[in-house]
Amino acid sequence: MTIKRRDFLKAMGGALAVGTTETQAFQREAKEMPPQAVGMLYDSTLCIGCKACVAACKQANDHPAEIIPEHQEWNEGTWDSAVDISGQTLNVIKSYQNGDLSQKDREINGFAFIKRHCLHCVDPSCVSVCPVSAMQKDPQTGIVSHNPDACIGCRYCVMGCPFSVPQFDYTTPFPQIHKCQFCNHLQAQGKLPACCDVCPTGASLFGDVRELKEEAKQRLAAQAGDSYEFQRGKLGGDRPSHVAEIPKYQQHLYGDKESGGTQVVYLAGVPFDKLGLPTNVPDYSYASISEGMQHTIYKGLIAPAALLSGLMFMAYRNRNSKDEEDKS
Amino acid sequence: MSSHQPLGGKLINTQFVILAIFALIAAIFLAERFIFGLGSVTNLNNGYPWGIWIAIDVVIGTAFGCGGFVMAILVYIFNKGKYHPLVRPALMASLFGYSLGGMAVVLDLGRYWQVYNIFLPWYAQINSVMFEVALCVTAYTFVLWIEFTPVFLEKFGIENLRQKLEKVLFAVIALGVLLPMMHQSSLGTMILVAGFKLHPLWNTNLLPVLFLVSVAAMGYAIVTFEALLSSAGFKRPYDTTILNKLSGIMLVLLIGYMIMRFADLIMRGQLGLALAGDINGNMFIIENILFLIPIVILINPANRSKPRLLFIAAMSMLFAGAIFRINAYLVGFEPGGGWNYFPSVPELLVTLGIFSMEIMLYLIFVKRLPILHRVEA
Repeated sequence: MTIKRRDFLKAMGGALAVGTTETQAFQREAKEMPPQAVGMLYDSTLCIGCKACVAACKQANDHPAEIIPEHQEWNEGTWDSAVDISGQTLNVIKSYQNGDLSQKDREINGFAFIKRHCLHCVDPSCVSVCPVSAMQKDPQTGIVSHNPDACIGCRYCVMGCPFSVPQFDYTTPFPQIHKCQFCNHLQAQGKLPACCDVCPTGASLFGDVRELKEEAKQRLAAQAGDSYEFQRGKLGGDRPSHVAEIPKYQQHLYGDKESGGTQVVYLAGVPFDKLGLPTNVPDYSYASISEGMQHTIYKGLIAPAALLSGLMFMAYRNRNSKDEEDKS
Repeated sequence: MSSHQPLGGKLINTQFVILAIFALIAAIFLAERFIFGLGSVTNLNNGYPWGIWIAIDVVIGTAFGCGGFVMAILVYIFNKGKYHPLVRPALMASLFGYSLGGMAVVLDLGRYWQVYNIFLPWYAQINSVMFEVALCVTAYTFVLWIEFTPVFLEKFGIENLRQKLEKVLFAVIALGVLLPMMHQSSLGTMILVAGFKLHPLWNTNLLPVLFLVSVAAMGYAIVTFEALLSSAGFKRPYDTTILNKLSGIMLVLLIGYMIMRFADLIMRGQLGLALAGDINGNMFIIENILFLIPIVILINPANRSKPRLLFIAAMSMLFAGAIFRINAYLVGFEPGGGWNYFPSVPELLVTLGIFSMEIMLYLIFVKRLPILHRVEA
């Protein structure tokens, strides 16, 4: 999918708007990174767009291939042509394209890949908004998972996620919310998330979030053109690494601060908004505002209780006078 | 002897049949929705997970149901007995607004068969604004039915129970004032989490306050609207002295609302976006012209006793509140990513059907139950 210029301008407009909003007085404290937070470093410059991760994700999570309408006639399902995440696609590779596409990871006359799925926010909106605790953040690993047995299908998580990750299935009478759960079923068996497991270049690299961020900062600090040893699979794991030149990175680690920080972080050669990642998110979670506001108003239900007793007193007192009025 | 009486008269007439047809059409599309999924009848998508079934049926539907609580504040809290004749019809409109709003939520829920999870303590998620709204709306719907029970008891002559209920009714009434204040403001808080997806013209932390103040004004407007319409429709005399006073309260609320709305926009430096000439700017202008019309009409005290002008002011107020809510929930909601939403025809017809059902229930109730105030001949 190509990211259109119009969307970019829209994003820019939004960025200006956010620039004028300051942090609010009643904002609740930001959530901390869990102690054993696992995550992923996705380096767009290493991604070759092979989509092995998309296929592996489908296999690991039992989802069918998605065939876009234009392909229906000839594509018998051998080529998964999902253009975005959906109820059947938890992980997708998209591309940025500009001009003659002559060079990878270049903004003008270039192209780049981007992998989209749940970023496993440190302070996730979906968990904050869910009325029935169907969205859960693991207190140890920080993986944001979804429990369909609790879910009532209100889609507040779809509305509230700044990265538009949770996907609701509108085509079935018994729908469900779908999102990347970082292959927690595989991780429980000591395996890697499927996408990181199959990535041939280490573009999707699994590991401890803190270590991954260190790794990312090293890459950012290195000189473009320098040789660098890129790991595969898991950071500090036993897979063979490969040596390549440091590309011209955007000097920013996406997800380090965005929306209160995410456990999936991104490096790229082209600006992140061109890759469809929202760059107008503040460095706090929107949930910290709405939750903080709600708790400030209600103050642990003391305020409503006080108001209620006042109202009861008034209604009780006036009850008698109304009776008299009715009798007269 | 009760001061209220049923209107009587034939239930089934042309209007009623037309309304029933709309309700039936809605029922057919709803059957389709339950058999084939939400996507078969709605234009909802993962960019716009909420459509008019939420923004209109629930958010505006319950706002139209706020006549009951604002009248209860006047009569039972501030002891203004003279408004008493308007309480029962207002309460009844609230009853329908909330009962149908609650029903509409279930129609929109993807996994409606698990809706009871929201009441199971082990699933409760107290940080969720929706959790609070859901509990408050449910509790308030029950409260409304209890507040309304005397009408049934009166109708069926169960005097004994009625008197017992009247004794504890003050507590129910107090709850009936508190609960809508809580969740109507929370309906504003609810969309704040959208963050950058919500256009700056509506994205303000004042949203809960703006929702609450506007809903109170809408409450008085719906009471006025309904009183004038039932007077005209059932050929009863106009209660203009009472409506005159009510419109004064509405005016104060409206002026307060507009001061907050514009002060906030100016302080955030976003007012200029109103003139952007895009859909958001234009809808903002329409919204606020509708808010201004009742102010312009009601600011002249002489106009407050003219049924025609009162009717226009109330109508405009109701549209203002409705457009404000549609703007905040749908128009100003821009998820990006190329997503679009405009309600499908079946979606609109379901909404129409739900509102038709509300009017049908209103007609049945006022004709058969002691709701409207006895008119002295």
